[in-house]
Amino acid sequence: MADAGGTGAERPAAGGADVAARAPTPAPAPPAGRMAGRRLWLVLWGGLAVATLVLAALAPRLSAGPLADLWVPPAWLRPDVAGAISRFMAWLTTEARIGPLAVTEITRALAAAIEAPYELARNLLVDGWTEGRGRRAQQVFPPLSWIAIVAAAVALGVHARGWRLGLFAGGCLLYLAVFGQWQSAMVTLASVVIAVPIGVAGGLVLGTLAWASRPFDRALAPVLDLMQTVPTFAYLVPILFLFGFGPVAALIATIIYAMPPMVRVTTLALRQVPAEIAEYAVMAGCTPWQRLRRVMLPAALPDLMVGVNQVIMLTLNMVIIASMIGAGGLGFDVLNALRRLDIGGGIEAGLAIVALAVALDRLSQALAERARSARPAVAGPWLRRHRWPVTVAAVAVATGLLGLAFPAMQSYPDSLTVTTRAFWGDLVRWVNVTYFDSFEAAKGAALTHVLLPVKRFLLALPWVWVLALVTLAGWRLGGRRLGLLGFLLVLYLALTGLWEQAMTTLYLCGVSVVLAGLIGLPLGILAASSAVAGRILGAVTDTLQTLPSFVYLIPVVMLFRVGDFTAMIAVTLYALAPAVRYTAHGLRSVAPELVEAGTMAGCSRWQILLRIRLPLAVPEILLGLNQTIMLALSMLVITALVGTRDLGQEVYIALTRADVGAGLVAGLAVAAIAIVADRLIAAGARAQRARLGLAEGGR
Amino acid sequence: MRKALAAAVVAAAGMVSGGALAAPESEDPIRLTLHDWTGQLITTNIMAAVLEEAGYNVELVQADYLAQFAGLKTGDLHVAMEMWETTGREAMDEATATGLVVNLGSTGLEAIEEWWYPLYMKERCPGLPNWEALKDPACAEAFATVETAPKGRYLGGAVTWGGFDDERVVALGLPFEVIHAGTDAALFAELESAYQRQAPIIMWVYAPHWAPLKYEGEWVEFPPYTPECYNDPAWGINPDMAYDCGKPRGPIWKVAWAGLAEKWPGAARAIEAFHVTNDEMGAMIAAVDLDGRSVEDVVDEWMAANEARWSAWIAE
Repeated sequence: MADAGGTGAERPAAGGADVAARAPTPAPAPPAGRMAGRRLWLVLWGGLAVATLVLAALAPRLSAGPLADLWVPPAWLRPDVAGAISRFMAWLTTEARIGPLAVTEITRALAAAIEAPYELARNLLVDGWTEGRGRRAQQVFPPLSWIAIVAAAVALGVHARGWRLGLFAGGCLLYLAVFGQWQSAMVTLASVVIAVPIGVAGGLVLGTLAWASRPFDRALAPVLDLMQTVPTFAYLVPILFLFGFGPVAALIATIIYAMPPMVRVTTLALRQVPAEIAEYAVMAGCTPWQRLRRVMLPAALPDLMVGVNQVIMLTLNMVIIASMIGAGGLGFDVLNALRRLDIGGGIEAGLAIVALAVALDRLSQALAERARSARPAVAGPWLRRHRWPVTVAAVAVATGLLGLAFPAMQSYPDSLTVTTRAFWGDLVRWVNVTYFDSFEAAKGAALTHVLLPVKRFLLALPWVWVLALVTLAGWRLGGRRLGLLGFLLVLYLALTGLWEQAMTTLYLCGVSVVLAGLIGLPLGILAASSAVAGRILGAVTDTLQTLPSFVYLIPVVMLFRVGDFTAMIAVTLYALAPAVRYTAHGLRSVAPELVEAGTMAGCSRWQILLRIRLPLAVPEILLGLNQTIMLALSMLVITALVGTRDLGQEVYIALTRADVGAGLVAGLAVAAIAIVADRLIAAGARAQRARLGLAEGGR
Repeated sequence: MRKALAAAVVAAAGMVSGGALAAPESEDPIRLTLHDWTGQLITTNIMAAVLEEAGYNVELVQADYLAQFAGLKTGDLHVAMEMWETTGREAMDEATATGLVVNLGSTGLEAIEEWWYPLYMKERCPGLPNWEALKDPACAEAFATVETAPKGRYLGGAVTWGGFDDERVVALGLPFEVIHAGTDAALFAELESAYQRQAPIIMWVYAPHWAPLKYEGEWVEFPPYTPECYNDPAWGINPDMAYDCGKPRGPIWKVAWAGLAEKWPGAARAIEAFHVTNDEMGAMIAAVDLDGRSVEDVVDEWMAANEARWSAWIAE
C-alpha cells in the first residue's frame, strides 16, 4: 500500500504512453472534405491528453482539498448494492417459486440430470461399481482397465486420422499412467467428457440464434462478457446454494466459464460463410433448417473447431477452481502438492492436465476434419467395418478378466511409476540460489520505471475526469449509445466504492495485456509463417493455457516474492495464448488467391505480410486481443492469491466471508471494465476496417 | 484396489469386534468435507474411520474451506472437522446465526499464529525472540529488502486472515512494513525461497502446520494476548492504541449441519467427543508432508494405536 497514497508528484514517462493508449486512434478517415474536422479532433484529443497529465500531476495537491470528492467517489454516492444482491439471493434460494415449484427444486432437478451421466462416466473410468461406502466400499465390478482406455485413445486416433495420431494420443494417456497420475486424471476426464459436450452444444445453439437474429445477438453479447469476466469465485456461493454441493456444481461453474468462446466463434463462423453458398442452398430448395444443418454449419466447421478447442482448453483450465468445490482429480493434486511446496508434484499433476488437454484437443480436431472430408464408408462384413470398436471392447473385456488374476492389467502398478519431482524441486532451488539477485534487480527496474508510474498515474486521476473521457471516447467511436454505455459502466465502478481497486485492476491488466500483445503478435506471425514454428508455438500456447497458473505461480513467487510484478508475470503468461493463436489463425486463413495475386504483382514477403495478410487478418487479431483482455481479467482472482489489492482481491475476500452480494458487486465491476474495453476496441476496429475498405467480417 | 479390499477386511473385522454397538440410526451416508491441507485430511479421515467403526455410512466430499458453509446450511454436507477460530470465525458466526449450522466443540487442537523467523536470523538480530529486539533499527534493516529499506519487511498472511499486523506494527512502534501474501502457498513459497538462500525473512506462520516442523525457527515473543489488549487502547505498552500485544491462540472447532444430531444422534455424539492433541497432529502431519507417507496409512496407524480412545467416543 506504500504507493497508494499517490505521493509521486512528478509526471512519469510511462504515463504519457498510457494516455496515448487511452485516447483511441483518431477517427476513421472521412472523405477529403472532412479532413479539417478530423484535424480538430486530433487537436482535441491531444489537449485532453495534456489535461489528463496535468490533472494527474496536480492530484497530490488537489485531492486532499475541497475537491477531494472529484478524485475519490464520496461515500454518500454509494448505494448498498451488495446488501440488495445478498437479500435477493437469499430470497431466490429459499422462497422464490416458479409456479408450484421452488427455484431450488428446479435447479436441483437440473443438477440431478447432469449428475446421472457424470456418475456413469466416473464409474466407467475410475471407481467401478461398488457396494457399501467409504473405507468399507467393495468393488463389485471394476472400471475400464488402464490398458483398455489407452487402447481406446489409440483406436480413436487411428480412426480419426491415422497411426501417428493414434500413437500420440495413446502416448499422452500412457504418460498419465507412467507418472502415477492415472486415478486423478480419470476423475478429471470424467468431468470433461460431461462438461465439454454440454458447453459445445449450448454454444452452438446460442451462437446460431445470435447469427440468425441481430437483437438476440445484441442482448447476448453482454451476457457472454459477464460469463467470461465475472470471476468464478464471485458466483461460486450462489451456485452451491442452487445446485448443491459436489461435482455437479463444479461442472456447472465450468460450463458457464467455458461456453462463451463457442458462442462467439459460432456466430462469427456462420457470418463468414460466403453468401454464395447460403444462396445456393436456398436455390436448391433447402428449408431454413436444412440450410443451417446441411450447408451453413458444415461450411463453417473449420472455424467452429477453434471454438471446440477453446471449450476444451477452458474446461481444463477450470479444474483447479472446480476441485475447490468438489471436483477432485488433477486440480486437487496440484493444489495439494503446492500447499506442501512440492513443486515437482505440482508440475507433474499440472503437466498431466496438459497431456489430457492436448490429447482431447487433437482427437476432436481430427474427428471433425474426418467428418468434413466425407470418406467413403468402408465396405465389407460387419466385423471389418467395426473393427476398432470391436478391438477396444475385446481389449477391455480381456484386460478386465485378466485383471482379476493379475492386478497390473487392471490398474497400472505403482512400482512401475516414474517421478521427476526431485528434479523440479532441485531446478527451482538452483535457479533461486543462483539467480535470485539478478531477478531482484530486473524486477526493481521494471517496478520503478513501468509498473509503479503507471499505477500512480491511474490512481491520481479524478474519477469524474475518467468518466468524462470514457464517455467522450465511446461517443466519438461508436455514437451516442456507446457513449452512454461507457458512462453508465464507469459510473457503476464509482458507485460501488471500489474505485481504487478498479484502477489497480486497470493498471495490472493493462500492463499485462500490452506485454502479452507485444510478445504475442510477433509470435503469431512467426507461427503462421512456417509449419514447424506453428507446431512448436501451438504446443507452447496450449501448455500455457492449460497448465494451471497455480503451478508456475508458486515458483514465480519464490523467485520474485509476492506482489504486483509476480502477478503481472502470471497474467501475461496466461493471456498470451489467444494473442498468438488468433493472430496465426487470422494470417493463415487469408485467401490464398489474394496472396498469390500479391506475389504476381511482385510484392516481397514483407509487403505481402504488411499489406495483404496483416490487414486482412485484423478482425481475427482483434478477436484475439479481445480474448487476451478477457483472459487477463479472468486471472484476477489468481493475482489476489499473491497479494495484489485489486478487484480480484475484493472478490476473494467476499468469498472467504461468504458474502454473495459483495462478491457479485466486485465481480460485476471486473465485467464492467471488460465490457468497456471490449466495446471501445470493437468500435475502433470497425472504424479501422471501414477505412481499409474491408467489408464487415469479410475476408 | 488391493488397498480397498484390505480396508474392507479391516473394517469388517472392526464390525465383528464392535458387535455390541447399536445399529446406525440411518443408512444414509454422513458427508464429511475434505479441504486441501494435510492436517484437515487427517482429522477428517480419523473421524470417518471412527464413524465407520460405529457402523455409519460415510462419504468424504471435497469442498472449499469457506464455500462449504453453503452446503452445511442446506444439509448437502454434514460435518466440517476443522474450522479455525483464527481464520474461520466470521464465516462460522454467520452460519451459526442462521440456526442451520451448529458448533460441535473443539477438536482439542489449538491454533497458533504469530510472527516467526528462521533460526539463522538470530545471529543477525540478537535479542530475538523477544519482540523488543525488532525495535532496533539495525535489526529491522537486517530484515529489509530493496523496496522496504530501511524498514524491515514483514510478510503477513492474506488480507482475509485479519490478524491486525498493520495495527500491531504501529502500536508497538516497530520499524517494519507489512506486506500481505495472498495465500498460504505463496506465503510458504517465500519462506522456502529465503531458507534455501539463508536469506532474511520474518513472517506469519501458523500451527499445526508442516512449516514449523520442516524449518528451524522460533516464534517472536510479544506481550501475551488478552481480550483487553485488542479492545482497550489504554491497556498495555502503548497507552493510545490497541493491538500492542501478540495474537490470540484459539481452538479449532468442529461444525456440522444442524440436522445431524436428529438424524444420526450417535454420530453427533461421537463427533462431539472427538479429541486429539497438537503433538499427535504434528507427528502425523510430519509423517505425511515431510516423510511422504499416505494419509490412509498414517490414519490406520493412529486407529490401531488408539483403539481404547476412539471406542469410548462411540460407546453408548
